[in-house]
Amino acid sequence: MSLTLEPNAQQIKDEKLYRTMGLTDEEFDKATEIIGRLPNYTETGLFSVMWSEHCSYKNSKPVLRKFPVEGEHVLQGPGEGAGIVDIGDGQAVVFKIESHNHPSAIEPYQGAATGVGGIIRDVFSMGARPVAILNSLRFGELETSRVKYLFEEVVAGIAGYGNCIGIPTVGGEIGFDPSYEGNPLVNAMCVGLIAHEDIQKGQAKGVGNTVMYVGAKTGRDGIHGATFASEELSESSEEKRPAVQVGDPFMEKLLLEACLELINNDALVGIQDMGAAGLTSSSAEMASKSGSGMEMNLDLIPQRETGMTPYEMMLSESQERMLIVVEKGREKEIEDLFAKYDLEAASVGVVTDDKMLRLLHKGEVAAEVPVDALAEDAPVYYKPSAEPQYFRDFQAMELTTPNVTDYKETLVNLLKQPTIASKEWVYDQYDYQVRTNTVVAPGSDAAVIRLRGTNKALAMTTDCNSRYIYLDPKTGGKIAVAEAARNIVCSGAKPLAITDGLNYGSPENPGVFWQLEESADGISEACLALESPVIGGNVSLYNETNGTAIYPTPVIGMVGLIEHTDHITTQSVKQADDLVYVIGDALNEFGGSELQKMTNGGEIFGQAPAIDLTVEKARQDAVLSAIKSGLVQSAHDISEGGFAVALVEKTFGTNLGVNVSLEGEATAVLFAETQSRFVVTVKAENKEAFEAAVQDAKQIGKVTAQPVVSIRVNGEEVVQASVKNLEDAWKGAIPCLLNSEA
Amino acid sequence: MKFAVIVFPGSNCDVDMYHAVKDELGEQVDLVWHDADNLDQYDGILIPGGFSYGDYLRSGAIAHMSVVMNAIKKAAEAGKPVLGVCNGFQILLESGLLPGAMLRNKNLKFICRTVELSVENNKTMFTSSYEKGDKIRVPIAHGEGNYYCDDETLAKLKENNQIVFTYASDVNGSLSDIAGITNEKGNVLGMMPHPERAVDDLLGSADGLKLFQSIVKHWRDSHVVNA
Repeated sequence: MSLTLEPNAQQIKDEKLYRTMGLTDEEFDKATEIIGRLPNYTETGLFSVMWSEHCSYKNSKPVLRKFPVEGEHVLQGPGEGAGIVDIGDGQAVVFKIESHNHPSAIEPYQGAATGVGGIIRDVFSMGARPVAILNSLRFGELETSRVKYLFEEVVAGIAGYGNCIGIPTVGGEIGFDPSYEGNPLVNAMCVGLIAHEDIQKGQAKGVGNTVMYVGAKTGRDGIHGATFASEELSESSEEKRPAVQVGDPFMEKLLLEACLELINNDALVGIQDMGAAGLTSSSAEMASKSGSGMEMNLDLIPQRETGMTPYEMMLSESQERMLIVVEKGREKEIEDLFAKYDLEAASVGVVTDDKMLRLLHKGEVAAEVPVDALAEDAPVYYKPSAEPQYFRDFQAMELTTPNVTDYKETLVNLLKQPTIASKEWVYDQYDYQVRTNTVVAPGSDAAVIRLRGTNKALAMTTDCNSRYIYLDPKTGGKIAVAEAARNIVCSGAKPLAITDGLNYGSPENPGVFWQLEESADGISEACLALESPVIGGNVSLYNETNGTAIYPTPVIGMVGLIEHTDHITTQSVKQADDLVYVIGDALNEFGGSELQKMTNGGEIFGQAPAIDLTVEKARQDAVLSAIKSGLVQSAHDISEGGFAVALVEKTFGTNLGVNVSLEGEATAVLFAETQSRFVVTVKAENKEAFEAAVQDAKQIGKVTAQPVVSIRVNGEEVVQASVKNLEDAWKGAIPCLLNSEA
Repeated sequence: MKFAVIVFPGSNCDVDMYHAVKDELGEQVDLVWHDADNLDQYDGILIPGGFSYGDYLRSGAIAHMSVVMNAIKKAAEAGKPVLGVCNGFQILLESGLLPGAMLRNKNLKFICRTVELSVENNKTMFTSSYEKGDKIRVPIAHGEGNYYCDDETLAKLKENNQIVFTYASDVNGSLSDIAGITNEKGNVLGMMPHPERAVDDLLGSADGLKLFQSIVKHWRDSHVVNA
């Protein structure tokens, strides 16, 4: 017997010990009612992890139902490891985003590394070959030694895992805001490729079939990780460090190759990653989805430590493990297949028909719970929602323009804002080229991966301006999707679908729940308008430190299809004398803008920029059609920092300059963050054809051989600067912040 | 010409090397698992990059104990071309087929970037299609590529023209900016930059293709003579 003395069922009830595992009194009563007796310690643990927000979405389910999940190309929507979209020729793209915020707040290297490892497993458990990783990261201001430490270690953790396993980290985005100071966001997205016939499901069919455990051994790491992820962070969170898992990318590389070989073996019935809630979720969910039950003998589970209890084994979140179901009698084939990769495949149980999860340990039944009770019957809460006062105050404000006197200096200072500044310091540490398919590397609007053996390519991006969402969740939600789509279109692709990583504060706070509801409405509206359904995602609530919530941050991960590699377009200008066009006029919109934050002591206020999805869709269609007709040399969307930042970014690394003239109020023309706008360049010979294709486009100047940026507004030169000076400011900002004394 | 791309547990540039040879060079190539004890049927041996055995203990330290290494040594002794890239270079250093050792990059971080290399010696079976002094653009992606050896070894490398590629400017702290070296005989080349990532203009550079073409040219020339 284990040395750990577990309380008995009566003690758990009387002393309300279930509360320490995250169950409420009502939830404990419901669990008791379902099984018809008091749950023992192990069973209480099973309910608590499976009914955590992280596994059950009990608080967010009513909101997730709002999302449009259907589309003509969708092969698999939300519900499995990852969503799948058809890309023609019998191929499909598989992708999903997932958060690893709480672990990264406490143990940033391992938190980020295992976040990457987990999302990769979600993709290859579908049978897909992972081909790219993206990351959406948020930190506090790079001013304190703690934030710098979190930033450097998160980046190192992503690099450490992704580089070793050999999947290129091709893109993403990073933002800095005080609201993330104690609670950084680490959302990892993985994109995979699969042939239609290879699509696998997490199912446990066929009574008598064998349940096998493959991959790393189970240890005591990560116990109750899913529950930990469903609480606010506080001073005592450091004590939960043992709830953070430790990653081994080498083990995962072996597991990846073995599993991709496994899917070609017809003995395989089902496969599922042991992610959050490890053995518990994989066993209960596979059985529940198939209408069957499962019996496992825990003595047979490969264990890294001695004396592990059923509770510890079932709740461990040790990494790099998979649960598979194979045809009875063919276990040897599977063992041999894994042995080639020096991996163990252990037969640990059987599929049953009684719809129960039955766990045996040392000759006794350690737990016996209906699989549906764990996987399906978690309570669903309709949380109270209330429009917060701050929103009403912001909406009532007049539009204001920040006071700018020196436009050039303002531009240089904007380029130094870490949210805008070059992220080269980060992506230099990521192997973004391995597998030799990366056509557009990090740094452009979207990353592009060619599809070997075809003329097609995939574009991918993550986006979310959470300042807009904080100011106005519905409008901000629309903008997040629209901006992702704009980035995809600028690279020459048609948006296919999105995955969303929904990061919010505590749903117990009616104002936070309102943010969640409103932003989901906005995202849904934009998904419908831009024909890009939601195929999966992840919810991370309770992102609060000592009672203060992060900005609501629904990260949009989008993938688009490039029909021919000839259409691949980047943001950089290509040659002198090309014509520069801007699409869309700037309005006096500064709410949540980088300029407002910079000139207002880091505070944002007022209204988010407006967005008209009909205009957005029309412009995106026009730009994409012009790109596909070969009329566009370069394309870049206008986002943080406004037109001036977008324009100068186009010159970086090219040894060329731009000379443009515009009309209007200079501060708005240069720095407003009005939506649905692009800056593109076009060969002079294509002028008429381009203007006919994109009717909102206004020619404003030319690309110059001399690497100088010259911007005139109303005939007066407001910015004149060498590209080198601007680029140095932009490139040097993050290294400079990291090297300065905290 | 028939190539073997050696695959260790944790190799991850094996597929890139395979496609470079098959798709861009148009030669025959097999992926060969690390337990192979005979490579006699192959005319050239390619040891790809990655993290063999997770880089545990030390980069290349475990892989160099593999069964296939005996066959690789035999191929090297027979004068066949043996190319180790990145982790492959580290394995060749660990096995003693090439002199020296790798330290962590001087900034202590992994570096992924396309860099400029100088071709220092074009009189090798790997570089005959380049001109001496050519500047070529080839990606690097490593955390431990800071080449180091003692003064005596460095003097010998220089004297025998074994330094084949150097970084045009300091990237990772390597001694004498060394990016690639051969053995004394000139048929074993180790280099940190990835020529197999530079074989297609669509991905930014095709400057690495000549390296593979040089190997094939050398093989054809020697086999025409023999015929």
